[in-house]
Amino acid sequence: MITEIGHFALILAVGVALYQFLAPLYGAQTGHAGLMRAGISAALLQFVLIAVAFAALTHAYVVSDFSVSNVFENSHSAKPFLYKISGVWGNHEGSMLLWVLILALYGSAVALFGGNLPLGLRARVLAVQGAIGLAFLLFIVLTSNPFLRIDPPPIEGNGLNPILQDPALAFHPPFLYAGYVGLSIAFAFAVAALIEGRVDAAWARWVRPWTLAAWMFLTIGIAMGSWWAYYELGWGGWWFWDPVENASLMPWLVATALIHSAVVVEKRNALKIWTVLLSILAFSLSLVGTFLVRSGVLTSVHAFAVDPQRGLFILIILCVFIGGALTLFAWRAQSLKAGGLFAPVSREGSLVANNLLLCVACLAVFVGTLYPLALETLNGDKISVGPPYFNLTFGPIILPLLLLVPVGPFLAWKRGDIGLALRRLWAALALALAVGFAVFALQVRGPWLAPVGMAVAAWLVFGALTDLAAKISLFRAPLATSWQRLTGLPRSALGTVLAHGGLGIVTAGIIAISLWRIEVIVALKPGESADVGVYKVTFIGESPLTGPNYTGQVGNFQVTRDGHPIVTLRSEKRAFKPSGMPTTEVGLYQTLPGDVYVVMGDEAADGARAVRMYYNPFVNLIWLGALVMFIGGLLSLSDRRYRVGAPRRAVAVQAVAAE
Amino acid sequence: MRPLLIAAAFLAGLAPALALTPEELLKDPALEARARAISAELRCLVCQNQSIDDSEAPLARDLRSLVREQLVEGKTDAEIMAFVVERYGQFVLLKPQLSGETLLLWGSPFAVLLIAAGLLLRRRRAAGPAPEAPLTEAERQLLDKALEEPRV
Repeated sequence: MITEIGHFALILAVGVALYQFLAPLYGAQTGHAGLMRAGISAALLQFVLIAVAFAALTHAYVVSDFSVSNVFENSHSAKPFLYKISGVWGNHEGSMLLWVLILALYGSAVALFGGNLPLGLRARVLAVQGAIGLAFLLFIVLTSNPFLRIDPPPIEGNGLNPILQDPALAFHPPFLYAGYVGLSIAFAFAVAALIEGRVDAAWARWVRPWTLAAWMFLTIGIAMGSWWAYYELGWGGWWFWDPVENASLMPWLVATALIHSAVVVEKRNALKIWTVLLSILAFSLSLVGTFLVRSGVLTSVHAFAVDPQRGLFILIILCVFIGGALTLFAWRAQSLKAGGLFAPVSREGSLVANNLLLCVACLAVFVGTLYPLALETLNGDKISVGPPYFNLTFGPIILPLLLLVPVGPFLAWKRGDIGLALRRLWAALALALAVGFAVFALQVRGPWLAPVGMAVAAWLVFGALTDLAAKISLFRAPLATSWQRLTGLPRSALGTVLAHGGLGIVTAGIIAISLWRIEVIVALKPGESADVGVYKVTFIGESPLTGPNYTGQVGNFQVTRDGHPIVTLRSEKRAFKPSGMPTTEVGLYQTLPGDVYVVMGDEAADGARAVRMYYNPFVNLIWLGALVMFIGGLLSLSDRRYRVGAPRRAVAVQAVAAE
Repeated sequence: MRPLLIAAAFLAGLAPALALTPEELLKDPALEARARAISAELRCLVCQNQSIDDSEAPLARDLRSLVREQLVEGKTDAEIMAFVVERYGQFVLLKPQLSGETLLLWGSPFAVLLIAAGLLLRRRRAAGPAPEAPLTEAERQLLDKALEEPRV
C-alpha cells in the first residue's frame, strides 16, 4: 500500500513538473503575475510529492519488502540498518530518485528563499528547474521505475554489492548529487538571464551562493569517494583517473572556474557572457557525468544496470538541455552588453587566467575520458587512455594555475602590478623556496619532482596566510588592531584564505603519496615480520571470522616502531553471503606523518600468507585539505553579503557602486 | 568510485586479493623497479582501465611474468614495450603512442590553451588599458554643481 502511494506520488510529480515548467514561463512572457507565482507553489508541491515517493521506497527497503522488484534485487534482510537506508540509492533506480529529490529540494529552496528576486526572474528560474525535473521524472517513470512489483514475492533479496556496504560510500552519493544537481540552479539562472537579456552584479550575487554550495558538496563528495577508494579497494591508491571519477572531477573544475568568474561579474560587470556560458557548461558536464555513469557507454560491464534504452533516453535529455541552452546562448548572448575593460595584469586578468587553465584542464580530462569511445566509433580502433596520459596533460596545465593562486589576491582590479604583488609575497616565496631546498637536501637521490611539488604546496599555504596577514595588517599595525580587523573581516575573505590554503594542503598530500610511497610485497609466516617505512609489521596469525552477512579470515598484524608496540591491525578477507563475493578489509593505522596499510592476500604454497603493505606518507593531507576547502566554502556561504537571497537588486547595485 | 572495475573483476570470477604476488618479484631490485615502471603503463586487457600490477586476472599475471622474463633476458624497456604492443595491439598501452590517430588526444588541450591565451592577449593588447570615458552632460553638470558648492 505504502509503495503504491509512493508510485502514485511520483506520477503526480510528473504532472506538477510539467505545470511548473509551462505556467511560470508563460506568465513571465505575458506579464501575468498570478501564473508567475504559480511556479512557487508548484516547486514546493513537487518537492513534497517526490519526498513522499522517496520515503515510500525507503520504507520498502527498511521493512525488506521483497515484493518490490528493486528491493529484491538490491537488498537483503540480514543487511545492517544503515545499509538498508543507503541501499535505496545504491542502485540505478533509487539513485535517480535521489537525483530528482535533490533537484526538487533546490527548486523549493529557490521558491522559498527567492522572495527578493524579481518576479519574472524567479518564475523563469523555476520554469527551467521544472523542465529539468520533468525530463528526469519521465526518465524514471518510463525506464527506471523503482516501484514495480513482482509476483509471487521472493523470500529473500539478492543483497547490496558488498563493497558498497561502507559508511563513507553510504553518504558519498547524496553529497555528490547535491553538487551535481546544485549546478542546475546556476544553469537555470543562466537560461533565465538569456531569456531576459540581462546580466548584472545582482544576478551574479544571486548565482554565487548556489554555485558555491554545489561546489562545496562536490568537493566533499569527491573527497569521500576517494577516501573510500583508498581504504576499501585495498589497492593503496586514492585516485585512479577512472571514468566515474573523471565524471565528478569535470563539473568540479568548471564550478571552481564559475565561482571565480562570477566575482568579476559582480565587482566589475565584466566577463558576463563568459560567466553565463560557464553556468551552462558546469551543469552540462553534470549531465554528461550522469550519462556516462548511468548509460554504461564507457564500459561493457557496470555495477549498476546497463540498458541501452536508458542510455538513449539520457542522451536525448542531454541533447535537449545542452543543445537548447547553447542555442539560446548563441542567439541571445549578444544582448548581454560587455562591461568594464581591464589590463592583462590585473585581478580580472588573473581570474581570466584561472578560468582558462581550469577549463583547459577540464578539457584534458574530457578528451582523455571520451577519446577511446570516439575513436572506436569512428574507425573501430581500440586504444586505452590511462593514468599516465592524465598525469602528463592535467599536471602541466594545473601547475601554472597553482603558481598563480597566491598572486591573484594581491593584484589590484583594472590594472595590477606583478612586481608589487610579488614584493608583498616575498616571505611566502622565501619560505616556499626554503621548503623546496629542504626537501631536495633531505631526500637522497629522490625524484626531482618532489622538491618542486612541495615548494608549490608551501607557496599555496604561505601565500594564503600572507593574504590573511595583509588583510588584517599583521605586523604593520598593533596586534590589537590586527585582531580587531580579523574579527571584522568579511567571512568570504576568510573563506578564500581557507580554500586556497586547503588547496596547498591537498597538493602536499598528493605529491607525498605519489612520490614517496613505500610498497612492500612479501610472503609472511606467523611470527615473521617486514619493515614498512619507519615501522615494522609482524604477522601474528590468522583466525576464522563470522559477520552478520559474511564469513572469512582475519589476519592480525603487530605494528612496532623502534621496538615499541604501536597498534595491532586486523586485515580481513570476507565472503558475502548472498553472492559469495569476496572483499578485503584493509588493516589501516592512520597518522598525519604517514599511514601503515596492510592487505592480506592468498595463502602461498608453503603455508605463508602473501601480504601487501604500504607506508603512505602524508596521505591524509589530501582529505584534510579537502575538508579545509569545504570549510572555506561554508564560511563564504555564511557571509551576510552572499547569504542565499540576501541582496536585493537595488541594494546590490548601490553596494557595487560604493566599492 | 570504481564499481565498474570491481564488477568486471567479479564477473570474470576473480577475487580482489593480491595482484602482484611475492613469488613473482625479481631478485634484482633494479630489474624489479624497471618491471614495475613498465607494468604501470600496461593495461590489463580483460579489466577496465586497470594496470597489470593492480589486476588479479590470470592474463595480467601472464603479462607480468612475460615482462619479467624479457627483462631477465636483458632486453631494453623499449624492446619489451614494442614486443607487447606487437602481440596485443595499441589497446594494451595505458599511455597511447603519439600517432595520427592520437594527435588530437595529446594535442588538443595544449593547442586550445595556446590559442585561447594568444587570442586573449591579442584582444587585450588591441583594447589596451581601459580608456577613460568622457563625462556625460549629466555627470558634468553634477560635477560643476559639486565644485560650486562651498566647502563645509
